[in-house]
Amino acid sequence: MDFFDSFPAMERQDLRDLKKGIDSSFRDFSRAYGDEIEGFFEPLLHFLVWLEKLLVNAPWLVVIIGLAILAWLGSRSWKLVTGTVIAFLVIGYFGMWKDTMATLAIISVATLLCIAVGIPFGIWMARSDRVQAAVTPVLDVMQTIPSFVYLIPVVMLLGIGKVPGLIAVCIYAIPPLVRLTNLGIRLVDSEVLEAADSFGADYKQKLFGVQIPLALPNIFAGINQTIMMSLAMVVIASMIGVKGLGLPVLRAVSNQYLALGLLNGLAIVILAIIFDRVSQQYGRRLQAHREGSGSE
Amino acid sequence: MGAGFKHIERVQAVSEQKIQIKNLYKIFGNDAENVMDLVNDGISKQELLENHGHVLGLRNINIDVPEKCIRVIMGLSGSGKSTLIRHINRLIEPTSGQVLVGGEDVLMMSDEELKNFRRSKASMVFQKFALLPHRTVIENVGYGLQIQKVSETEINKRSQHWIDRVGLTGFEDHYPAQLSGGMQQRVGLARALATDAEILLMDEAFSALDPLIRTDMQGILLGLQEELHKTIVFITHDLDEALRIGDEISILRDGEVVQQGTSQEIVMNPSDDYIADFIKDVNRARVLEVRSIMEPSKTDRGPRLDLTTPLEDAMGKLSELGETSGCVVDDKGHVIGKIELSAAISAIKRPEKTSDELGYR
Repeated sequence: MDFFDSFPAMERQDLRDLKKGIDSSFRDFSRAYGDEIEGFFEPLLHFLVWLEKLLVNAPWLVVIIGLAILAWLGSRSWKLVTGTVIAFLVIGYFGMWKDTMATLAIISVATLLCIAVGIPFGIWMARSDRVQAAVTPVLDVMQTIPSFVYLIPVVMLLGIGKVPGLIAVCIYAIPPLVRLTNLGIRLVDSEVLEAADSFGADYKQKLFGVQIPLALPNIFAGINQTIMMSLAMVVIASMIGVKGLGLPVLRAVSNQYLALGLLNGLAIVILAIIFDRVSQQYGRRLQAHREGSGSE
Repeated sequence: MGAGFKHIERVQAVSEQKIQIKNLYKIFGNDAENVMDLVNDGISKQELLENHGHVLGLRNINIDVPEKCIRVIMGLSGSGKSTLIRHINRLIEPTSGQVLVGGEDVLMMSDEELKNFRRSKASMVFQKFALLPHRTVIENVGYGLQIQKVSETEINKRSQHWIDRVGLTGFEDHYPAQLSGGMQQRVGLARALATDAEILLMDEAFSALDPLIRTDMQGILLGLQEELHKTIVFITHDLDEALRIGDEISILRDGEVVQQGTSQEIVMNPSDDYIADFIKDVNRARVLEVRSIMEPSKTDRGPRLDLTTPLEDAMGKLSELGETSGCVVDDKGHVIGKIELSAAISAIKRPEKTSDELGYR
């Protein structure tokens, strides 16, 4: 009857040994290779620090003009440009300029890193069903596992700082880009591809001349999602030493500073809205060719 | 009528065979190689599908396309015609057989050779146009040349030339989505012509168009062909289109060729009930030509008619002049036969039942 009364679980001692074993072997691993892995990410750290310093130290007017130009290039809409300028002026007025710049820096670097890794991965996935079958569950895990869980090994390996924060952001933010790149390429009309084949296009010509251009709207939706999700990670990243708007939010939570939390939270929302609108507008412009004039 | 056919055969024998498809089989399925033996033993398409899970796409296809000729391959959907045309540039790999183009076996080519073959020897026009939606008309037309890494000025010059030829001048910077179906297919045609390939593969190229525009496009194609003399393989499910365009017609059914010949031969001598049924609604007076019903004769009496005069024109001429017979002349003006009005009338009569009862054979 014992069997039914209590779940036939592992012996406590065995379980403890198992966990200990995993912990100690990972600790050994991080002791042995931690420095090398940190060295590998060194250039990324330098770039991030450089960008952050640039944004923080540059005169605020120059930064706002730069952002306005970027918004114009992306959206070609005066409304959005005006909105962007006003939003940053308000943020600065409420004393969040420095933190916003730090967040801007990490979001930019995280997005660039995600693009550099995610798009090639998506292309690889689109090329082979086997790769797709293998990568899809990994992406599912990356999106659903609580971020705190993967913060543990990242911190064990790299300690506290900007780079582990960046990696934590990327783990969370990269899956939609990989998925949408894969999807976009797979959705390219097979007849158009056949036509490219019939004219003797090789793999590279098909990829860069047909598949990627036609998948761009989807890839862009992926980039948009990546930006949104990395903004969502700002607070969590601040727990392991990333400067920016997340830090005051964290402070507000632990000390019950309502106004501080609200202001910084709203600043994150404003950043998100600007990024979202500009990148969506850009994605829409890429699809200009789809809008027929209806001369049927 | 025998004399007429011999004339045609002679013309064929002179010109070279550009494309030769020999003993071509295509079986769709995981284990195609192994069920080939069953197919060789004559298993039916139905049985192969039900008992072995393989689809017989093409069975023992033998088709020759003479140089500078339009060979129409006609069949209903599912007859394997689109599969067949994709073997010529090897968009589909066969299960067994040979596809010789200019004496060279396309199926033995290495990847590099195949790439060059597709770039310079054979270009294709697709049923649903398959244009690149993110490129303008002129960029679409120049696509094949861009693949070949031709210089940009040369691409623009040659693309412009073909855009003008298909009548799209002024639409260079439009996107495909801004054009009507007929105009899109003109882009498709110009794109295929721009590479100067000797072989043009047209997969139901005009089937997606409205009847009026389709006739229009057929006219454009025939007009271009008079000058360009390409070797064209043209797929269609439309008999009228086949009869209008094809120098030679092959009829495909369930992956097998059921009859090959000129339009005259097919309309006069359908080889089985299936084809007889197919052609029963054809406008025979327009399709049939004098050569198909003429009797050999040297007598120069009555109005003179060319070998290729359609019967409707010939009959019109005879009745206009009040004659009951005319004489048929070859392209040098020599009288080679005669045609009776009564023979013409019975030839255009719509066959009521099968070919056997009509006494055509």
